[in-house]
Amino acid sequence: MIGNDDGSDNNARMARSSGATGRAQANAASSVSVAVTVNGRRHALTLDPRSTLLDVLREHLDLTGTKKGCDQGQCGACTVLVDGRRVVSCLMLAVMHDGASVTTIEGLAKGGTLHPLQQAFIDHDAFQCGYCTPGQICSAAGLIAEGKAKTADEIREAMSGNICRCGAYPNILAAIQQAMRQS
Amino acid sequence: MIDFQYSRASDVADAVRQMAGSPSAKFIAGGTNLVDLMKMDVERPAKLIDVSKLPLSKVEATAGGGLRIGALVRNSDLAYHPLVERRYPVLSSALLAGASQQLRNMASVGGNLLQRTRCAYFYDTATPCNKREPGSGCSAIDGHNRMNAILGTSEACIAVHPSDMCVALAVLEAKVHVTGPRGERAIAFTDFHRLPGDMPQRDTNLDADELVTAIELPPRGFATNYTYLKVRDRLSYAFALVSVAVGLELEGGTIKEARFALGGVAHRPWRRTEAEAVLRGKTAGEPAFAEAADLVLRGAKGFGHNTFKIDLARRTVIRALSQAANGTPQSQANKKIA
Repeated sequence: MIGNDDGSDNNARMARSSGATGRAQANAASSVSVAVTVNGRRHALTLDPRSTLLDVLREHLDLTGTKKGCDQGQCGACTVLVDGRRVVSCLMLAVMHDGASVTTIEGLAKGGTLHPLQQAFIDHDAFQCGYCTPGQICSAAGLIAEGKAKTADEIREAMSGNICRCGAYPNILAAIQQAMRQS
Repeated sequence: MIDFQYSRASDVADAVRQMAGSPSAKFIAGGTNLVDLMKMDVERPAKLIDVSKLPLSKVEATAGGGLRIGALVRNSDLAYHPLVERRYPVLSSALLAGASQQLRNMASVGGNLLQRTRCAYFYDTATPCNKREPGSGCSAIDGHNRMNAILGTSEACIAVHPSDMCVALAVLEAKVHVTGPRGERAIAFTDFHRLPGDMPQRDTNLDADELVTAIELPPRGFATNYTYLKVRDRLSYAFALVSVAVGLELEGGTIKEARFALGGVAHRPWRRTEAEAVLRGKTAGEPAFAEAADLVLRGAKGFGHNTFKIDLARRTVIRALSQAANGTPQSQANKKIA
C-alpha cells in the first residue's frame, strides 16, 4: 500500500505500525490514494481517511521526531511545516493534503549541518525533557519565515501554541532570537 | 473516530449536490474543530465532503467600498491582509487574539463561524448535554460552569460561542453569503448565530445543506477608534472569559456612532442596540460607558462558578470603550491593558 520513489519496501514497516493504526487500516474499501512529499522525498500512500498527518509521519513513514502530545491541537508538540507554514499535524486528515510538501524536524538539518534553530536550542539549553522540542523548532522556523514577530513580546505571543511543561520558555526565546539574528 | 466516507468536491455546485445526496455528511475545510470533535466521538458524520480546495480563498474590495472575504481564507491570512489591517483593524486584532498561529494557519473563516462550543460537557460524551444529545439535560447549569454563559441562556443550555473573530464581525455588521439547493442567500450577522432556546443543538440559522461561501464587510471599518479586549485565564492561547469588540466614531469628544459586542458571555456574539444608542451624542467618558455597560448586561444571570463574569464583563466593557475612545487599542502581543 505504500511505495517510495526509490522503490524501498515498506511491508515490514506496515506490519510494525499495524498495532497503532490497525483500526485505521481495517477498512481498505474506503481507502484513499494521496501523494505527499516529506523532507524532499515523495511518498505515494493509500490511506484510511481517518489517518492524521501526524500518524502517517510516525506510523507509516517512521519519522518519529514529530511528537504526539495532546492529539487535540492544544500543545503544539506535533507542529510541522506544510507548504512552508506551521500547522498542528494531529488535526490534519492526511487525505486532504494530496500534493502537499511537508517538512518535519528530520528535514531541517542540511548535509550534516544543524539548522540554525537546532544549534541555537543547544547553545541556549532551550529544553529539559525534550519532548516538545521538535514542535518548538518547527514552529520557530515557521515564525521566522512569517517575518511578523520581532520583539520579545511578539515572539512569546507567536509561540504560545507550543507548550513546554518543563518551563524552558526563557531559553527557547533566547534561542529563537539568536536564530533570528542569523537569518 | 468512526469510519466515514471521504470525497472531494470539484466545485461549489458539486459540494452542494453531494451534500443534498447525503444528509448525514459534513463539509470539511480547515478541520481544526471538526477533526477534534470526531476524535472525541462528539461528531459522527457518515461522510466528509472536502471543500478545502474550492476557489473561495480571495479577499476582494467590493464596488460599494466594502470587502468580500472568501470562506476558505485562512484566519492568519485574513488577520495580516493589508486591507483588513488598514480598514478593519478590529477584525485583525480579534483574529490574532484567537487560537495559536498554527491553528490560524489551518482554520478557514467559514469554519470559524461554525465553531461548536467548548463547554466541557459538550465534549464529555459520558455526561448529559442537550446540544450534543437533545433531551438528555444540561450538565453545566449545576456543574462546573466557569466558562459558560451569563446572557441569553435557556433552561436547556448555557453554552457560549467560542469565536473571537465573530465578535468583531458583529460590530462590523458583516453579511454571510451561503449557497444551497434552494440557491444563494445572504444572512445578516445578527441573524446568523442563534440563542439556545429549546433547540440548543442548532448553533446557527444556516441550513444543514447550505455552504458558507463568503463574508462581506460593509465600508464602515472604525479604523481610528476601535479595540478588541480579551480577558482570559492565561495571557495567550485560551478562550475568553469575556471579550469586547468596539467601534466608535467621534467628533471632538462627542460620540457620533458606537457599536460594541461581547464574546464569551452568550451563545452568540452579544450586542444590544439600546446600549449603543445610549452612547450616541454623549461625551466619551466613564459615565456614558458605565451606562452602556449596565444596559448591555441587563438581565445577566450567573450560575455559580461564572457569576463573577457579570462584574468582570461590566468592567471590561468600560475599559474597552475607553481604549477605543482614546485611540489606544489593545495590543495582542503586549497584554498590558492600556
